[in-house]
Amino acid sequence: MQETTANKVAAHATSSFTEHLQRDRPELLPQYTPFTAGTSAGQPLAVPHATTIVAMTYAGGIVMAGDRRATMGNIIASRHIEKVFPADQYSVLGIAGTAGIAIDLTRLFQVELEHYEKIEGTLLSLDGKANRLGAMIRGNLPMALQGLAVVPLFAGFDTAAGVGRLFSYDVTGGRYEEQEHHAVGSGSMFARGALKKLWRPNLPEDEAISVAVESLYDAADDDSATGGPDPVRQLWPVVYAVNRAGARRVSERELAAMAGNIIESRAAARREA
Amino acid sequence: MTQQFYVSPEQLMKDRADFARKGIARGRSVIVVSCEDGIALVAENPSPSLHKIGEIYDKIAFAAVGKYNEFESLRQAGVRYADVRGYSYDRDDVTARGLASVYAQSLGAVFTAEQKPFEVELAVAEVGASQDLDHLYRLTFDGSIADEHNFIVMGGQADKVSGAIEGGWQRDLSFAAAIRLAVRGLVTDNEAPDLPAKALEVAVLDRGSESNRGTRRAFRRLSDQDVVELLAEES
Repeated sequence: MQETTANKVAAHATSSFTEHLQRDRPELLPQYTPFTAGTSAGQPLAVPHATTIVAMTYAGGIVMAGDRRATMGNIIASRHIEKVFPADQYSVLGIAGTAGIAIDLTRLFQVELEHYEKIEGTLLSLDGKANRLGAMIRGNLPMALQGLAVVPLFAGFDTAAGVGRLFSYDVTGGRYEEQEHHAVGSGSMFARGALKKLWRPNLPEDEAISVAVESLYDAADDDSATGGPDPVRQLWPVVYAVNRAGARRVSERELAAMAGNIIESRAAARREA
Repeated sequence: MTQQFYVSPEQLMKDRADFARKGIARGRSVIVVSCEDGIALVAENPSPSLHKIGEIYDKIAFAAVGKYNEFESLRQAGVRYADVRGYSYDRDDVTARGLASVYAQSLGAVFTAEQKPFEVELAVAEVGASQDLDHLYRLTFDGSIADEHNFIVMGGQADKVSGAIEGGWQRDLSFAAAIRLAVRGLVTDNEAPDLPAKALEVAVLDRGSESNRGTRRAFRRLSDQDVVELLAEES
């Protein structure tokens, strides 16, 4: 078929930043060539791993929180790492797994959403954003099979439906909508246990933030790869709250007070757990 | 056998320039004003969805007059350029100067090489930390680039509107005052004495977006409601 100008223009029209890079600047996309056979498979690379992320719904939106630790085998690679990021005005993204790949992926996802918004003049729907993220995770599957997996947790405020929603993913890009609350990463089992006891429907925002901090405290208690609140270095989890007004990072001052209360009440109880 | 007539290069360029100028003057004006609160962009545009003003990057906005399909393709190319640059280096490395020079080169190439020149005129505005650090660039159909100060008026009867803005411009204008000044300017080019908010497209580049709104994206489009309120503030 003859390639007409109109066809060419239509074929070139894209609102996706990733698609644009694939076509014009493929060298800028994160690319990790899987190791060839011969290198010691089974022995995971010594790279920083990000750990626990929790998210939950509350009356009017969602809260997502992540601890501040990255580990490399038995070593603490970072005490300051941030693993929860605003994806755009109405959604946030938390990452567990290989930190380097996850941070690259987050950066690309943020630009992807902003690019769409600027080109189209409107925001992607929350489902659209969740699907896009799934496709990006699927792209990392070859690396995941080599032990460098990235598992995100995505949450946002659905402006059309007027509710906060949570999405979890597996390494093949499978997207699952979660109800009430969810956690990912090495300490997620313990965090989920805590969430099951602490979470109630229609929590007010401040209580939801406190529940998030407390569930990370419990995760840190039992999982060596999760960092708890650190009053010595004044390090608190990174917490975002998203509601109709948009995403907001909870201030250090609020978090210090909440973490202080939790530590105090646990100390006062004088119990093993 | 048909004979190709000789046309001198001067004549050819003049014809092309006249053609482009005619197309640009047919539309309505767009005004970009630098003021104390940031940069205000005001256009007369009855369509709520086909924009003449757009966001390019954190501190950079775009305004255009002329043919919609032509400036829209330039706007999208600008967004792509800025996003690729910000992604491959850092967000701070995207500047209006870099973008304006890319626009100048593409407009220049189209003017000389294509069947017809683009019938557009563009403004690229970048808001700085202080008013002295604001940048306003005007780009014309032939790829000329001009570094303007204080304000830019493009399209329609630009000279007349420009005169009105020049008379009222001051360094310490607020957004509200700058937008009212721009609307007064637009009215001088109009038979009707007044412009309803519905016929206006207004956006701002907020100098203090980090402190006021907690975002590094300075661009904000004002709704009809906001514009009505701003225009009603008139003292």
